Amino acid sequence: MTDWIDIGTLADIPQRGARTVQIGGEKEIAVFRTGDDHVFALVNECPHKKGPLSQGIVHGHSVACPLHNWNIALKTGEAQGADEGCTPTIAVRQEGGRILIARPTALKAAA
Amino acid sequence: MEFQDGLAPAVDSEDIILVPADDVREHLVVVGNGMAGCRAVEELLARDAGRYRVTIFGAEPYVNYNRIMLSPVLAGEKTFEQIVINDRAWYDDNGIELIAGDPVTAIDRDAKRVTAQSGRSVHYDKLLIATGSDPFIIPVPGKDLPGVISFRDMKDVDTMLEAADKGGAAVVIGGGLLGLEAAHGLTLRGMKVTVIHLMDTLMERQLDEAAGWLLKSALEGRGQTILTGANTEAIFGDGKVEGVRLKDGTEIPASLVVMAVGIRPSTALAREAGLEVNRGIKVNDHMVTSDPDVLAVGECVEHDGNVYGLVAPLWDMCRSLADGLTDQHTGYKGSVTSTKLKVAGLDVFSAGDFSGGEGCEDIVLRDASRGVYKRVIVKDDRIVGAVLYGDTVDGGWYFDMLKREEDVGEIRDLLIFGQAFASGGGALDPKAAVAALSDDAEICGCNGVSKGQVVSCIEAGNCSLDAVRATCKASASCGSCTGLVENLLAVVLGDDVASGPKTMCKCTSFTHDDVRREIVAQNMRSIPEVMQLLHWSTPDGCSSCRPALNYYLLCALPGEYQDDQQSRFVNERMHANIQKDGTYSVVPRMWGGLTNPRELRAIADVVEKYDAPMVKVTGGQRLDIFGIKKEDLPAVWADLNAAGMVSGHAYGKSLRTVKTCVGSEWCRFGTQDSTGLGVKIERMTWGSWMPHKFKIAVSGCPRNCAEATIKDFGVVCVDSGYELHVGGNGGIHVRATDLLCKVATEQEAMDYCAAFTQLYREEARYLERTAPWIERVGVDYVKQRIVEDEAGREALRARFLYSQSFSQDDPWAERAAGQHAELHQPLAPIAIAAE
Repeated sequence: MTDWIDIGTLADIPQRGARTVQIGGEKEIAVFRTGDDHVFALVNECPHKKGPLSQGIVHGHSVACPLHNWNIALKTGEAQGADEGCTPTIAVRQEGGRILIARPTALKAAA
Repeated sequence: MEFQDGLAPAVDSEDIILVPADDVREHLVVVGNGMAGCRAVEELLARDAGRYRVTIFGAEPYVNYNRIMLSPVLAGEKTFEQIVINDRAWYDDNGIELIAGDPVTAIDRDAKRVTAQSGRSVHYDKLLIATGSDPFIIPVPGKDLPGVISFRDMKDVDTMLEAADKGGAAVVIGGGLLGLEAAHGLTLRGMKVTVIHLMDTLMERQLDEAAGWLLKSALEGRGQTILTGANTEAIFGDGKVEGVRLKDGTEIPASLVVMAVGIRPSTALAREAGLEVNRGIKVNDHMVTSDPDVLAVGECVEHDGNVYGLVAPLWDMCRSLADGLTDQHTGYKGSVTSTKLKVAGLDVFSAGDFSGGEGCEDIVLRDASRGVYKRVIVKDDRIVGAVLYGDTVDGGWYFDMLKREEDVGEIRDLLIFGQAFASGGGALDPKAAVAALSDDAEICGCNGVSKGQVVSCIEAGNCSLDAVRATCKASASCGSCTGLVENLLAVVLGDDVASGPKTMCKCTSFTHDDVRREIVAQNMRSIPEVMQLLHWSTPDGCSSCRPALNYYLLCALPGEYQDDQQSRFVNERMHANIQKDGTYSVVPRMWGGLTNPRELRAIADVVEKYDAPMVKVTGGQRLDIFGIKKEDLPAVWADLNAAGMVSGHAYGKSLRTVKTCVGSEWCRFGTQDSTGLGVKIERMTWGSWMPHKFKIAVSGCPRNCAEATIKDFGVVCVDSGYELHVGGNGGIHVRATDLLCKVATEQEAMDYCAAFTQLYREEARYLERTAPWIERVGVDYVKQRIVEDEAGREALRARFLYSQSFSQDDPWAERAAGQHAELHQPLAPIAIAAE
């Protein structure tokens, strides 16, 4: 069974933006909110040079890494276009305005 | 290296490849994961994707990369990732088993098995040998010393980069293409390079004496020592290489020796397997060796007595090979080769036979001031050879006529002046030129793509440069044929596509100029409105168009437009410069480069308090504090604000700095108060958002210590007033400013500065610096708007000052006061012990 952790509300994250969250001693997670209010969570590292994806420009369901403009699909963590690489994703869901994220055991499996 | 993990050769004597029991396809095993081996597989897949089960063995622990592009990697212009031709996904998607880092060591033709170094053994139905070439190592004493390498693979490049890090001297033995590329790369990496070439002419196989001499002079001008007619006697050193001794006794010290005297077909494996081998592995027109189940392709083969070391013949061979494997017997007929190269950034072209001989006539053009040499060799009114140096635009045209053996009798008087002139009109129409090329004319040398292939790719619906690159790969490697591909797009798709500048990004069919004009004309007020009214094809744009739209709206609606933080690049959103480790650097403003004890103390305190690992003086006369965490930024800014300092905007597409010299107040040469004027200009212009970064400088005399003539706007003070300069740039392409005009008073200098800045803000495209903008619109246009049109100048100045009245709030102070705290703080910390 997946354990879910409440990390806040949708309004805590700017639209087309991201916030970070750290759970225990795990890697920092970037939680994204898209223009259509979907929420995604990825490890906050670009597969290219570990740029902090949370600081990138969010467009559609992608984020452009702030360091070298790689485009990462928020759903899969996969680099888009000609670039190759994948950032681990973390299960996340919305329930009654709250954002719930899978707890670290699941995170470990994802990473 | 990156792809090695998980690919470690398994020591297992049997097939470890798990074949689904129902996979009854013939098994094609490819020995060689290089350009030829993989290209052959690509051609095969294009014809009949499912026909063979494919396994590829590679000696190097990498995926398939473009060996031609090792030179740019050495020179620091490309990364390894950028020269990969087929990535892991290609192997996976096509069901190809890649066994990298495990060279094949034996072929048992009776049992139809190959065995690799690890002991792994695989059965084949068809075997393809694509082992390429081995570098030729001249048998001199010391050739095995550590520090003596060839220039053939990624490992050699890594060794060279390591050596270059330590600096010192390098010797390159061999003045052919590879040697000169190695020498160029090592020179760029800071080594002192000597090239030793046995023959009297550099690249004697591609260039005649005159072109070789021009090349030698140019390379010497870049600091390389070139010794031609020089014979290596020994490489000496105690335990590692220390230098090279020539036959004439000369000793050249070196900590690295690159041996690039040539390559020869790698045939050992085939020879040991009992295949017929001469100079190369002998193949017929379908690339089949003396064993009907063994094929060979690329530099390792000999076809009809010829061995090829260039990439173009390899593509031809791969096509014939794939045809043969899929029962279409076209057959390889040999290749006529041309060489169009950039050697160390210099354009060189040769084709055909340029040794001269009976009945051959030379047509020669020399233009010493442009460094151009052209020679076309004609026999019986047909071109048989060509050598071009310095201007190789017509190389493809000559080569095309050479291959088609076209009668050039009618145009021979004009031939040497090139296609544009010879085909009449005189004015160069690149579209007509490319339209005139035959279908099999090569467009992309790196990937072996002909004009016909590009055209069919476009006709299949790939209507943009990106689409063409993604599908047929033309111009996807070194990019030097990008212009040709764009012209082909224009020719195939018609003038609609050709005319005008490129579209803003993939989200729209409008150009920057269109979008900007419509924003003003239709009084658009937000990014979503622009996207709606201009039919954006994406829901909320991309990381290219959003920042541009945000700027255009900001510029059009000063004081009214609500800046969209999420459409800002990270640096402008965070008001600091992101560094590779995700921390930020902070540059407080120091007006005109002036500072005082209070500011310096505050900076010193910040450095200590926040444990900043480095402080650096910038090129714009500021102090840059490195290693600040995003959470600490507001507090850092509060401390700096307290000492009276505001944001230095070192992070923005905005006014960066006004650099000054000390001027008449202190300097014995100073003619005006350059420092004072610089401070005034910076007070007027700071905080303004621009299409790109914008730098200003004020020098107090023509000695120009503030380097005003490589700034976007530069003032050089003279006795009688102020010279105003525009459009300079010190970046990748250094451009000195154009003189705009001279004015008499400080106030005029300020007014012209404001007007020029506003013209740039209103008319340049986003991310276009002043230098390319002025190149595009012409300095005369700028003079007309700023100098000649007095009323227009005044209106521009007024609009700038109006806009500035909204933009000179310190963004740091707002953040320090708690605005947008969410941008700096993580979500509520969650303290759950990791399990």
